[in-house]
Amino acid sequence: MSVKKVLHDLVIMKNEHLNKRHFVLELQAPEPLPKFLPGQFVQVLVKDSPSTFLRRPFSIHGFDPLKNTLRLLIQIKGEGTRHLSQVREGEKLNVLYPLGNSFTLPAGKNVLLVGGGCGVAPLLFLAMWLKEQDVKVTILTGWKRKEDIFEKDAYLQCGVVLMTTEDGSEGETGMVTNHSILKTKLSFDRIYCCGPDPMMKAIAKISKENNINCEVSLENTMACGFGVCLCCITPTHHGNQRVCVEGPVFSTKELGW
Amino acid sequence: MGIRESGNERKYYYSHIPIFVIRIFINSPTHQLANSPAMIDLSIKIAHLNLKNPVMTASGTFGYGEEYKDFVDLGRLGGIVVKAVTGNNRDGNAYPRMAETPSGMLNSVGLQNKGVDYFVKEIYPGIKDFDTNVIVNVSGSTIEEYVAVAEKINELEKIPAIELNISCPNVKQGGMAFGTIPSMATEVTAAVRKVYKKDLIVKLSPNVTSIQEMAKAVVDGGADIISLINTLLGMAINADQRRPVLSTVTGGLSGPAIKPVALRMVWQVSKVVKVPIIGIGGIMNATDAIEFMLAGASAVQVGTANFIDPNVTMKIVDGIEAYCRLHKVGSVKELVGGLIS
Repeated sequence: MSVKKVLHDLVIMKNEHLNKRHFVLELQAPEPLPKFLPGQFVQVLVKDSPSTFLRRPFSIHGFDPLKNTLRLLIQIKGEGTRHLSQVREGEKLNVLYPLGNSFTLPAGKNVLLVGGGCGVAPLLFLAMWLKEQDVKVTILTGWKRKEDIFEKDAYLQCGVVLMTTEDGSEGETGMVTNHSILKTKLSFDRIYCCGPDPMMKAIAKISKENNINCEVSLENTMACGFGVCLCCITPTHHGNQRVCVEGPVFSTKELGW
Repeated sequence: MGIRESGNERKYYYSHIPIFVIRIFINSPTHQLANSPAMIDLSIKIAHLNLKNPVMTASGTFGYGEEYKDFVDLGRLGGIVVKAVTGNNRDGNAYPRMAETPSGMLNSVGLQNKGVDYFVKEIYPGIKDFDTNVIVNVSGSTIEEYVAVAEKINELEKIPAIELNISCPNVKQGGMAFGTIPSMATEVTAAVRKVYKKDLIVKLSPNVTSIQEMAKAVVDGGADIISLINTLLGMAINADQRRPVLSTVTGGLSGPAIKPVALRMVWQVSKVVKVPIIGIGGIMNATDAIEFMLAGASAVQVGTANFIDPNVTMKIVDGIEAYCRLHKVGSVKELVGGLIS
């Protein structure tokens, strides 16, 4: 049986703006939070935003069982996220959790994480979790320019950090999928990836060529987030699957990528 | 039927009632008395169906009930209408299937389900003992398919009714065609009526010129109960990409955006048929539900609201009770068609 899902008003402890388009909300729960796993997500109700009808799904960026807090990394994309970017400490957000499956542990102890854009959201939590399990982590992230980069120090605490910027202002120049490490013979036990579909598909291809299992986290639009509306489906080898229940994490083999 | 939730949540249920009024009745001795079912009768009978209260869930928004067990005491619902069942497995439409729109959403799921035999064998055993009316939404592309599914569901002892879905806008053949041409609506209803012995609900499409003609047509075919409305046919466009948002281009609009249309149609239908009506369309809270009853519905189905607040049906049940107490209504039956005009 899966963990019981709950709806709670969580208190906003921090609203930390990382750059013009990204912010992190730290939320504290009135009751002990379930043991979240990396890859899982929550659905946040956006109040007082007339054009935002449905909840907004966000993957868990950080989880601190001692402080009983979770962190969400959010990109401002539309009215709902713009509204959320303006919430203040002490206010409450109604959150539905825990939702979705999670990334899995590899057989070996050496993994690569690849993130692009807001796709880095679940990867910090994943990197920390993997480090706790004594897995050697290499994190490759792609950015537009140096000013956009955030939370580099947090990644550095988890393992080796590699970066690309489109303008070459930090790390290698170009897209994340063109990083030189991906052109070598890779010997990782697992590759984890989250970002735009074309990027994940490119990483899936590289994983396949190197005969490495790859897990990706999908971002399909959804209404409910708990498996009833059947809006977020993705075709897999087992037929249509719900990204919100059977996902959001899928092995690229299941997806036929 | 007491008020079980914490004070914090309670405020939300009665958001339509001034706080001082809530304080008066919550603190008053009559409130204690009101906890006994004898005070306010929420139950209502539609055709042969005994509902504990008028609150049901709409097909396609409540799965098979199981998915809501963490949030809802199913035994406190008037009924649940489970996801549409068709003759054979249907994969449904391609992604994207959903677009958020002002005060609502468009969907084009396309009746994804594993077919009636799977339902009977794998799903029914798990849901048959729910302490509520479990109603099956029956869909098809041909009259033969509707009849075949209805015949099989007729054999299931614990299913007291079916809801004939002649109004899905998201399937290529049939579906909505049966719901937009009166003679076809009569024909499919009559064909199912012949094989289905329990309560037959027919769910109407709003995508018609005269909802009254459609209502009369299904009553002529033998419908015991009418439910309305299904989704309104709509469309969303991504201007940046110059593309439709949905894979199917068009889809069904639901949510509060459609409530005024639904209320109008329930009211119009109530003027021309004698069978009980189940009102559906954008119900988000108890006030919305009561509006449908005043317009002529004997019960309501809550749909899209479940996606946003999976606990919403419980709040609606409590809110209807609070409304009755506030307005000194002894039985919800008094609300049905109670519009003053």
